[in-house]
Amino acid sequence: MLDLLKGPVLAIQEFFVLTGAAFRNILRKPHYGDDVALQMDAIGVGSLPITALIGAFSGAVMALQMSRALANYGQVSRTGTIVSITLVRELGPVLTAVMVAGRNASGIASELGSMKVTEQIDAMRALGTDPVQKLVTPRLLATAFMLPLLTIIADFVGMVGGWLIAVGYLNLTTRQFWTTAWQALEWNDVAQGLMKPLVFAMVIALIGCFYGLRASGGTQGVGRATTHAMVAATILIFILDLMITKVFVSS
Amino acid sequence: MPTPSTSPVLQFEDVTMSFDGVAALSNVSFQAYAGESRAILGAAGSGKTVLLKAALGLVKPDSGRIFAFGRELTMLSEKELFDVRARIGMLFQESALFDSLTIEENVAYPLLNQKTMKVPKPEVRRRVAEALDFVELGGTLEKFPAELSGGMRRRAAIARAVVTAPPLILYDSPTAGLDPITAHTIMALIVKERDAAKTTTLMVTYRYQDGNLMANFRYNSERGRLELARHEGSTTFMVLREGRLIFEGDQDRLEASNDPYISRFVKQRT
Repeated sequence: MLDLLKGPVLAIQEFFVLTGAAFRNILRKPHYGDDVALQMDAIGVGSLPITALIGAFSGAVMALQMSRALANYGQVSRTGTIVSITLVRELGPVLTAVMVAGRNASGIASELGSMKVTEQIDAMRALGTDPVQKLVTPRLLATAFMLPLLTIIADFVGMVGGWLIAVGYLNLTTRQFWTTAWQALEWNDVAQGLMKPLVFAMVIALIGCFYGLRASGGTQGVGRATTHAMVAATILIFILDLMITKVFVSS
Repeated sequence: MPTPSTSPVLQFEDVTMSFDGVAALSNVSFQAYAGESRAILGAAGSGKTVLLKAALGLVKPDSGRIFAFGRELTMLSEKELFDVRARIGMLFQESALFDSLTIEENVAYPLLNQKTMKVPKPEVRRRVAEALDFVELGGTLEKFPAELSGGMRRRAAIARAVVTAPPLILYDSPTAGLDPITAHTIMALIVKERDAAKTTTLMVTYRYQDGNLMANFRYNSERGRLELARHEGSTTFMVLREGRLIFEGDQDRLEASNDPYISRFVKQRT
């Protein structure tokens, strides 16, 4: 029984060691600004079209679904409230994070995994570079910076999607929709709407790097690392989402 | 000739290492002195690569001690190890060139990233060009590793290993997976580097003919080619079997060995 637990416990320990090293390196020299910018482009700009698309459709679907429920109470005019609250608190952060996890946690794991199995990570260490400093910290910083931005964009585009449905299908006025949407939001909503992507970003980057740097066994190992990274990051996103929501709802 | 009176460049003391319960190195001890060449023979999985990685401090032994340039690698932190690694060149088995960088950036990498180097930018370009000329890859500066053939990648990786002029160079199966002509070219470069820069050379290989070439040829810088010249005692052969060092000595002793595992390697002589 103890032997069975040894592997997972060691893996968790390694993950936290990597996390600690990645955060420590934020303040340590050398800083790889170019790599941070490159990753911002790959993770942020690269994910923009898909997250905007997902945001728009989820906002529109939300408006359609909720309008039916609200119609029972004669409150269709409050569609903007429901759309903005669900998007900012929940759908925006989670859907964006799941999309970015699918796209980038796996991308990071496969890139670092390929480097690991072709000895490029060893070469890096042999040639005077700390792989955590050069590869993990820039990805962590770039994701932590870009995911909240992507979420804000997804939230906004989602509301636009909701507005299109509200105006075109539910016969609400533009003013009605945006006023209720705007007034529904409190600081608490905005805070959790930004706190979530920040935490999710760390999970995506660190899980991707962790599985990538642990890859072994050739191309098959890289494939395994990629799948594990995507699955683990997605599961952690949902678990952490529940925990953060609980904290904000209680407060 | 090795000079045992001076301290060794590289020293293994009873080094034992295992991965997931499988022994990779078992009680390995040897000393390599300045100017010495060592050819380490062994089949796949005999611990050759692990031995070289341990010499660089990339993996830590379970027990035993490793010294490079008088510093005990097993006691150093990763940061302190960078200073020692700056004095060791390494050719990895699959070349391990960085895919995302051009050949020029790859070769310049150690000059720009090793803290002890502090090479000014114009000097970097000159030294990179020099190293690439050395391996006869002068026209590939802007190319990416994926655009080169296996042999050319191996040559570029040699350029990266020698660009800092390290006093100790480790070669991990430099001819693995190459055709005989390219393999000979790579071996010629290794001998050329050894004789031109007087570096201490450790080469692991499963091909006896590589060790044979290393032991019996030297580079004539005036004529610019390899010449048959057996220099007694400067090349030591080591044979690894399942992590154990089962032979250490010169070529004559190796060829005279009755051990069936050793004679399987020696019979490959061409």
